[in-house]
Amino acid sequence: MIRFEAFLRRAAARDPDHVALVCRDARTGYAQLDAAADDFAVALGQHAEFRNGDRCVLFAENRLETAVGIFGTLRAGGVFSVLNPGTKADKLAWVLNDCEASVLVTQASLLTVALAAAARVPSLRCVVVIDATDSVGGMRWQDFMQGTPDCRLPAAVGIDSDLAMLVYTSGSTGQPKGVMMTHRNMVFAATSITSYLEMRSEDVVLSVLPLSFDYGLYQLLMCVMLGATLVLEKSFAFPQKILPMLASEKVSVFPLVPTMAALMVQLRSFDARWSASVRTLTNTAAALPPAHILKLQERFPAARLFSMYGMTESKRCTWLPPEYLPTRPGSVGMAIPGTEVWVVDEAGERLPANRIGELVVRGGHVMQGYWRNEEATAKALRPGRYAWEKVLHTGDLFRIDEDGFCWFIGRKDDILKSRGEKVSPKEVENVLYALEGVAEAALVGVPDEIQGQALKAIIVLADGVRLEADAVIAHCMARLEDFMVPRLVEFRDALPKTSSGKIRRAALQAEAEGRNAPEERE
Amino acid sequence: MSSIEQTLRRHIRQSLPGAAEIPLADEQSLIDSGILDSIGVLSLVTWLEKEFEIFVEDHEVIPENIDGIGALVRFVEAKRAELGLGR
Repeated sequence: MIRFEAFLRRAAARDPDHVALVCRDARTGYAQLDAAADDFAVALGQHAEFRNGDRCVLFAENRLETAVGIFGTLRAGGVFSVLNPGTKADKLAWVLNDCEASVLVTQASLLTVALAAAARVPSLRCVVVIDATDSVGGMRWQDFMQGTPDCRLPAAVGIDSDLAMLVYTSGSTGQPKGVMMTHRNMVFAATSITSYLEMRSEDVVLSVLPLSFDYGLYQLLMCVMLGATLVLEKSFAFPQKILPMLASEKVSVFPLVPTMAALMVQLRSFDARWSASVRTLTNTAAALPPAHILKLQERFPAARLFSMYGMTESKRCTWLPPEYLPTRPGSVGMAIPGTEVWVVDEAGERLPANRIGELVVRGGHVMQGYWRNEEATAKALRPGRYAWEKVLHTGDLFRIDEDGFCWFIGRKDDILKSRGEKVSPKEVENVLYALEGVAEAALVGVPDEIQGQALKAIIVLADGVRLEADAVIAHCMARLEDFMVPRLVEFRDALPKTSSGKIRRAALQAEAEGRNAPEERE
Repeated sequence: MSSIEQTLRRHIRQSLPGAAEIPLADEQSLIDSGILDSIGVLSLVTWLEKEFEIFVEDHEVIPENIDGIGALVRFVEAKRAELGLGR
């Protein structure tokens, strides 16, 4: 096995001029990307005294520099973490402190947030600013990348079992958790996924998914592994801008989330030429409604559609071979190649076919744990078949039918999924409670065809307080990433509670979904 | 400020709450400011059609027409002029 950054060197050696990245109208060849990653690695040592195992946080949009930062950090023997550009200062500071980042890379348009956070992070040695016109607040990207001639790459930076990245994910306690992945984890996951998708070096992938989201990040990782081309865009807000690029860039692989599929099927006019080159569509995060599957197949007649399921802790868990889509449209299929999945009861015993239990995952893609969070790690990673092995307890409820196909039932904890992203009700409720006048608050997910779950805040106000829904939403907007902001607000006189006075969120969630309230432990 | 601009600003402030917290310059990008996302674009277009009695073609839903107060005002004025409607 090799470390992940070696794939970039290999792709550059094999076909130096092959386009690695198309971003903002600029085309970057593999040799160019490889050289930039070297420069970044050298600069880390020169400007930030970066040492093996140090963390570099990339708080920037989908762009060339983010990709350079990812591979440059690995080449310097470091650990990278990409954060959503919508992250607000408090959370950014929390994450930077949690991982004790040495270096923060950001861009001019995010500088206010970045500097507000950086001021509270004693471990930071260097802030690098892309698009900066002056050196206020940090080092300009171009100055950072300009090394002195006598600076060299570190000769040996480690092996494949080293930690390579931290992917921060929402936790039910309200604080994000850093999922630890080694080079070996990433090589394993990328190998397994590219094998069943039958991807190859001639592929052109168009991704609008953020690099902070592992589904988006792996588009880059898989392309580099194969020497394929990635067309990187930052948003699907204007499908009319993106879809023609499928044709002009001859895109063959187009990864989707349900929200994008919903937007595409709603377009009144869809030019058949756009989709002609696309041979692979993938979907994950939540199942597509059957009507959308049919419409997508009509609009992308040459493409095979892969329904998949996964979680950050093991990247991808299952995939449905496209030939089964007509007969099992609601299933997320079977374990990805080289891995196993099964369901267990509360006692951890394996359950027979069609019984509902927690999905357990086994394989080389399973994370090493949560960064400096032993309690959460012990809950998710449990002893496996061998003394040295740990298996992942996903917290997701599944049933596996007699033919081995997996069916997602729901979450064991109260994590919601909106627009394909995990949302911790606790994290949002903490923000709601910080608003003056809010006495009680609960966040629920209302079923929504486009978003999966639309977020709704249910609030009880303190006596004599008047508050408008707009003010609540604006308060959240200023403190939470966009996908976590509730767009629906309901005021009530009281919330249901247990005898010990705890708010019965599960009952409110059941009500939002139009089902009966579950039995709750007091 | 034209009445179209007033109506637009009022709607954006009310329905896209991120906008309530920051003053919006005419040519400021709503996407880059974090005010508008893909779902926001869709609902904004639906509202434009109803409010201004226009029909927005799919190919007109592009940043040049939608991403900013100034762009929206120009777009709505042009669409209404096409239909012989007033400002």
